[in-house]
Amino acid sequence: MQDALLEVRDLKVEFKRDRKSWITAVRGVSFSIHAGEIVGLVGESGCGKSVTSLAVMRLLSKATSRTSGSVVMDGRSILELSDREMRDARGNDFSMIFQEPMSSLNPIMRVGDQLAEALRLHNDLSREEIHARSVEALRLVGIPEPEVTLRNYPHELSGGMCQRVMIAMAMSCEPKLLIADEPTTALDVTIQAQILALMERIRAERNTGILLITHDLGVVAETCSRVIVMYAGGIVEEAPVEELFERPRHPYTKGLIASVPRLGRRVHRLPSIPGSVPDLAAMPAGCRFAPRCPMARPACEAKVPALVQVGEGHRCACPYAAAGASVEYAAGIGGLADGAGAADATAAASGATGDVSAQDAKGVPTHE
Amino acid sequence: MSEPLLSVQDVSKRFPVGKSLLGRPTGYVHAVNDVSFDVMPGETFSLVGESGCGKSTTSRLIDHLITPDEGRIFFDGDEVTALSERQMRPLRAKMQMVFQDPYGSLNPRMKVQDIIGEPLLVHTRMSAGERLKRVHELLGTVGLSPAHGERYPHEFSGGQRQRIGIARALSVQPKLIIADEPVSALDVSIQAQVLNLLRDLQEHYELTYLFISHDLSVVEMISDRIAVMYLGTIMEMAPNEELYARPCHPYTQALLSAVPVPDPKSKRRHVLIEGDLPSPMNPPTGCPFHTRCPHCTERCVKEFPKMREVSPGHRLRCHYDGLQLPA
Repeated sequence: MQDALLEVRDLKVEFKRDRKSWITAVRGVSFSIHAGEIVGLVGESGCGKSVTSLAVMRLLSKATSRTSGSVVMDGRSILELSDREMRDARGNDFSMIFQEPMSSLNPIMRVGDQLAEALRLHNDLSREEIHARSVEALRLVGIPEPEVTLRNYPHELSGGMCQRVMIAMAMSCEPKLLIADEPTTALDVTIQAQILALMERIRAERNTGILLITHDLGVVAETCSRVIVMYAGGIVEEAPVEELFERPRHPYTKGLIASVPRLGRRVHRLPSIPGSVPDLAAMPAGCRFAPRCPMARPACEAKVPALVQVGEGHRCACPYAAAGASVEYAAGIGGLADGAGAADATAAASGATGDVSAQDAKGVPTHE
Repeated sequence: MSEPLLSVQDVSKRFPVGKSLLGRPTGYVHAVNDVSFDVMPGETFSLVGESGCGKSTTSRLIDHLITPDEGRIFFDGDEVTALSERQMRPLRAKMQMVFQDPYGSLNPRMKVQDIIGEPLLVHTRMSAGERLKRVHELLGTVGLSPAHGERYPHEFSGGQRQRIGIARALSVQPKLIIADEPVSALDVSIQAQVLNLLRDLQEHYELTYLFISHDLSVVEMISDRIAVMYLGTIMEMAPNEELYARPCHPYTQALLSAVPVPDPKSKRRHVLIEGDLPSPMNPPTGCPFHTRCPHCTERCVKEFPKMREVSPGHRLRCHYDGLQLPA
């Protein structure tokens, strides 16, 4: 296998809380991305997926945050570059697109000028060349009349068009890696389908490595070849996409997959994960999912479980799941008077479902 | 057959835009166009569509927050559209709303118990003690504890706030709850909790829901009947199973095919529809969908299709029968 395009090792990001204390948002995350693959980074809000990407791009303020670990892009250690070198690398080596296309574009600059800005900063091009490259960039993302769009202001474009412009901008200097942070979350489904098809085309044509950050498992299943699942600042599972959906190991991944309503499979009630994501400032000491986990055991609260290999390219951060224990989510959570939504009721709720799963967890092996 | 709880008849609403020199509007946004549907007691009726299709405007028309230009709306025997604001007020106790944004829809400076108790203050003559007792019951109903009443909204997560919004809507024992994208701001694991809660409440209190969403998978789970809207117009309306098994309108088909399925093995072919939503300021002539429809004919460009019944309960606004999108 070729060398990874991006290699992240033990990345840790902390934010300043007050003068003395720091809050850890991302703790010890390691993963890699190869050229020509789309890797999905999934998790719920607050799990650290966006912070991870911002840290990789070095877009976090040094005054309020600190980053440790190593990020190696194409043999260069990103975290050790000077600000000037970093500015060159952004756009050329990797670039990023954001969730809200409307607010990521400058509202008082024409689309053409914004596109030209990126091209001018990174290349030594004449005005005509820049214009030609801009037109070409817009054509790549499927904008029907690039010459017209170049003269438009962002407010004259729809959300889908703005996102296309964002992608055109990000791709204009032909980066090797594209980080897309929830690129379709603000868009309607029909437009989302268009944008995802576009990203897939860019990957195929340019061999770009893409890190796709999303909370939507449907998007992941349809576009990614590999998936990383994050929970509360750490990776809980990583696997090839088919493997992950067919044989999810970690109880959190299982719960997440089970709780998505899906077309064509109408259910009366959805299985759901009790409780809610823990506060960053008050993380459980051991496994961070333990308070919500139906198969949690006393040992889970003692120490953070390590990611262990459970199959080809499949890593999972739960020793019991790795050993083959299975887990069920009750559909009864969240309803009348079972108290699952209460801030302090997670214990009660996991107690209630814990009984059920304790029987299930007696080592019923999974399909392997 | 019983009477519908809510009946929307040929309702249209347009909003003036811009001002000419004489202060006249320079154009209109056609937000809702000739919309009709009935909601039966105890059912969940969903309006689905992409942003800007008029689903939220429809809900605001029903709640009489805005008045329609044409058409009539009946709720529980009263004609909502003929009522004054003062006459409308008692009706609102029977018709409550749950909003999309759990952060923006709760007053940050009020305690949760005051937020939930406010409709009781407005609509009932309960004493403060009775109100508090009822609020505590409601908190339990939605899965929170009475102690939470003393706190402020910022102390809660998104899912919990949505529970508070639901408790507030339930406080005056409404017949109809209009839920405008109640789960779209929530994470999936929380979304499932709130959907289950809505389900339970419906069974327990025999509620009727008007559910507004852009998410076809969520709608499939919760609804009995569904109307698909596009550019202010209902394009197709059918019972749940019927709509998902036999979508007849090309737009419904495109919408269904665009929903990402969380199963990498299902290599469905997407039918990508081209282009963007036309501007509601300047809607297309004829069928609103013709600019993006792969089957567009001359008739579609010229003639606005009528709503017609293709099978019992399944209504369609398309000139043609059983069109299939090219795979």
